[in-house]
Amino acid sequence: MHEHDVIVVGGGGAGLRAAIAAHEEGADVAIVTKLHPVRSHTGAAEGGINAALRDGDDPKDHAYDTMKGSDYLGDAPAIETLCEMSPEETIQLEHWGMPFSREDDGRVSQRPFGGLSFPRTTYAGAETGHHLLHTMYEQVVKRGITVYDEFYVTELATTDHPDPEERECHGCIAYDIKSGDLVGFEASGGVILATGGDGQTFDHTTNAVANTGDGLAMAYRAGVPVEDPEFVQFHPTTLPSTGVLISEGVRGEGGILYNGDGERFMFEHGYANNDGELASRDVVSRAELTEVNEGRGIEDEYVYLDMRHLGEERVVDRLENILHLAEDFEGVDGLDEPMPVKPGQHYHMGGIETNENGHTCIDGLYAAGECACVSVHGSNRLGGNALPELIVFGARAGYHAAGRELGEARIPTGPSARTEDETGLDTPVSPGAIDQPDPDAVADGGAMTADPTATVEHTLEGERARVEEMMDRDGINHAEIRSDLQDAMTQNVNVFREKEGIQDALETIRDCRERYQNVAVADPSRTFNTDLLHTIETRNLIDVAETIALGALAREEFRGAHWRAEHQARDDEDWLKHTMIAWNDGEPDLYYTDVLLDGEEKTYEPKIRSY
Amino acid sequence: MSTGITETEDDGTETQTQAVGAARAAGETYTEMDSEEIETANEEARRRTRELVEEADRTVKLKVFRFDPEVPEKEEPRFDTFTVPFSKGMTVLDALMWARDQYDSSLTFRHSCRQAVCGSDALFVNGRQRLGCKTQVADLADSGIPKKVRIEPLPHAEVVKDLVVDMEHFYDQMESVEPYFQGEDTPDGLEEQYQSRENREKVKMSTRCIWCGACMSSCNIAAGNNDYLGPAAINKAYRFAMDDREGEDLTEHRLNIIEQEHGVWRCQTQFSCTEVCPKDIPLTEHIQELKREAVKKNLKFW
Repeated sequence: MHEHDVIVVGGGGAGLRAAIAAHEEGADVAIVTKLHPVRSHTGAAEGGINAALRDGDDPKDHAYDTMKGSDYLGDAPAIETLCEMSPEETIQLEHWGMPFSREDDGRVSQRPFGGLSFPRTTYAGAETGHHLLHTMYEQVVKRGITVYDEFYVTELATTDHPDPEERECHGCIAYDIKSGDLVGFEASGGVILATGGDGQTFDHTTNAVANTGDGLAMAYRAGVPVEDPEFVQFHPTTLPSTGVLISEGVRGEGGILYNGDGERFMFEHGYANNDGELASRDVVSRAELTEVNEGRGIEDEYVYLDMRHLGEERVVDRLENILHLAEDFEGVDGLDEPMPVKPGQHYHMGGIETNENGHTCIDGLYAAGECACVSVHGSNRLGGNALPELIVFGARAGYHAAGRELGEARIPTGPSARTEDETGLDTPVSPGAIDQPDPDAVADGGAMTADPTATVEHTLEGERARVEEMMDRDGINHAEIRSDLQDAMTQNVNVFREKEGIQDALETIRDCRERYQNVAVADPSRTFNTDLLHTIETRNLIDVAETIALGALAREEFRGAHWRAEHQARDDEDWLKHTMIAWNDGEPDLYYTDVLLDGEEKTYEPKIRSY
Repeated sequence: MSTGITETEDDGTETQTQAVGAARAAGETYTEMDSEEIETANEEARRRTRELVEEADRTVKLKVFRFDPEVPEKEEPRFDTFTVPFSKGMTVLDALMWARDQYDSSLTFRHSCRQAVCGSDALFVNGRQRLGCKTQVADLADSGIPKKVRIEPLPHAEVVKDLVVDMEHFYDQMESVEPYFQGEDTPDGLEEQYQSRENREKVKMSTRCIWCGACMSSCNIAAGNNDYLGPAAINKAYRFAMDDREGEDLTEHRLNIIEQEHGVWRCQTQFSCTEVCPKDIPLTEHIQELKREAVKKNLKFW
C-alpha cells in the first residue's frame, strides 16, 4: 500500500498542474499515470491558451464569448473563474520558461481564434500543448514530486453509503504495468481524477489510443453524476485517413475552406456570413458535412483547407508543425496544395460533475480537465479554452485537496441538485449493469466499511478477483467489441443525430456489454500485459459511450454540438438545463439540474448564437 | 446474436428509482457463454481474419521480435511473422495494431497519440530507429510495398517484453541535467519575461524533443558508456543554456554540467542521432555549439 496526502490520477496538463498546486500547498502528492507524463495527450494540443492579457481585452469579454460559445449551457461561476484566472495561470507558465511565440517587442504572441471577440489565444507555434506539457513536467521534476508512471488506475476506493453524497473516497487501486502487481493507494486528502478525454468511444478521433475515459467511467460507477454527456465536439479540420488534428490556428491565421466546386462555402452557402471559417467549431463541422452530404465534397468524404496564400514565411513561422503533420499523415505538402479535412471527434464537453473547486459530490474525490465538467464549455467548447481549463481547474483542485481555503463553491453537485426527473425516455434496451445489483455490494468497488485503509484493501481484493478471473478463464477478445462500439457511435451519435439512430447505438452498446461479460485476457504474462489493460479500458468505453447515447436520446433540441434531426431549434423553455446521469448502482438515473446564468455582476441572458 | 439475453420491450413501467429503461423491471436475465460458444466465437473471429487477408489486394509481412521472460515459449527471443492487409497510408504502427487485434493480443508495444508527439513508439524498423506512427509502410520499399518489415525493439536498451524497452536509464539521463527553467529575477504577477523572436527561434528546435529515445539508441558512444548523458539530455541542457530568460550565472552553471566527464566531450560527431531524430532536431550541431560555449567560458575564466 502506498500512502500520500493527495493522489493525482493522470499526468497530462490538468494532473501536472494539480500536483504542483498540491505540492505548493505543502502536501505529499503523487501522480499515478498509465503513461509516462510526457506521453500524455495534452502534448497534441496545437492552437493555444485563451487569456485576456492585453489592453483592450478583458476577462469579462472572454467570459461573454465563452458563454455564447457554450450556447448558454455553461455555468457562469465556472466561466468567470476560468476567465479571471487564465491570465495569471498563463503568465505562470511563461515564468516557468514555456517557449511561447513572441511579438517583435518580446511579449508573448496572441492570435485570433474561432468565436473570440479579441485575438487572445496565446500560443507556442502550433504545438502549444507540447510545450505546456513539457514545461509543467519540468516543474514536477524540479519539485521532486513522486510519479508512478505506467501504473494504470483500475478502480476508486470509495465507501458504500447508499447516498452517493455521503460516500467518501479514500484512494484507488492501480495495476503496475511493468510488474503486473495490483497495488492500493491511500490518499488522506483526496484523489484528483485528471484522466483526460474519451475519444476512443468513436472510430474517427483526434484523441490518443490511451484516451479511454477511465476516470469518467470510474467516477460514474462510484456514484458521481456524469454531466451533459451528449455534448461531444467534432473538430472541423482533421485529416481524413487518421483523424490527426489540423489546428484551428490555420483558420485563425487566414486559412480558407473550399468545397469540391471551389466555393468558399462558409460564406457562399451562408453558414456564417460574418465569421466564415472562424465560426464556432460545431457550426463549421456541420457546414462541411452538409457540403459532403449534398454532393459538393471531394471523394464524398472531405473538403479542402487552403493555407497556400498565407505565404511560406508566415506558415513556417506560425504553423510549421501543420506542414509536418499534413506531409507525414496525409502525404500532402500544405505549401503546394490544399489539405483534405473532415470533422472528427475531438473533445468531450460533458464529464464528471464538479464544482468550481474541482470537487465532486463524493468527499475526497476531485476531477479536473477534460474528464471533468464544471461546466465552462456547456454545449460547445471554444478553441483555445481547453488549455486554460487544465491549468485553472487543475490548480484549484490541487490547492483544495491539499487544504487551501478557496471559498464556498456556488455550483451545487450530486443528485440533491436535481430539479427534474426524466421519466419518458424511450430506450430500446435497458442501459446499465447486466445483472440486478448485488445487495451486498452497493457502490461498484465500494466497501462495507468506514475505515479508510480497510476501504482500499477491500477494493483491492475486488480488483484482484476481477483481474484473476479475466486472466484465468477462456473467453473472447475485447478488440472486436471495442471496434463495434466505435463504429456504432460514429455511425449514429456523430455530428448529425436522429432518434432511431441513437436507439440503434444503444442496442449495439447493450450487445457490446453482454459480449463483454465473456471477455478473457489471452496473454498469460504478468509483465507489461497490455492485453489486460486494453480489456479493462474497453469496459470503461462501454460505460462512457452509453452515457453519451442516453444524453443524446434525451435532449430533444438542437444546442451547440448536439444536433437532432427531429428538433431543429434551441429550446430554452424546455431544455435550458443540464443533463445528469447517475449510475444508481447499475440502474442509470437520468435527471436535470439548473444552468447557472447569474454571474458576479450580471446575468447572461440567452441570445441567438450567430457568427 | 450468441448471447442468451431475453429482450423485453419498453412496457412503460417505472420504478421509484427513475432508472432509465423500464425493461429491467420485467426481470431481464443474461446467461454467460459456455465454453463451446466461446470456441465457436473465437473460431469465427479467426475465420474473418483469414478472409480479410485472402480478400486483400496486397499484403505485407511483419517480422516482429518477441520476448517475454515470464512465458516459457517466449523466454528465448524469436521472431513471429504476421501477414497484414496493406492499405494506402498504412503506418508501421497501424500494421502492428492490426496484427495484435486480429492475431495475437499478447503482441506488446507502447503507443498512444498516433501523431508523432507522445514519443512512445520509437522502434527499430528495417535496421533504423523510427517512430512506428510516422513511418509509412510504403516508404520502406524503393517502389510498391516492402516484401517484409522487420520490427525490433530499440537497440542498446534492455527489453522488457516484445517491443517494449526499459526507459528508466533514458529518463535518468534526461533528469540529471536540471531540466527545468531557473529564472533568477522572475517578475511578479502578470508581468512577463521578455524574449526576442531571435532567441525564441534559437531554442525552438531544441524544445521539440518528445523523449522518444531514438537518438540515444542510435548513439555508439552511449551504447558503450552507460554514463554518457546522450544526445537528448544534452539537447535539453542546450534548450535552457541558450534561453536568454535565464541569466548568465545559470548559463555558466549549465555549461559546467554538460562539460563534465560524461558530457559533451564524449560526442564524436557521428551524426547518427541527428539522422534518426523524428523531430529533425539538429542534435549534433547543438552538442558542438555547447562544446564551443564551454571553451569560450573557460577562456574567459583564464
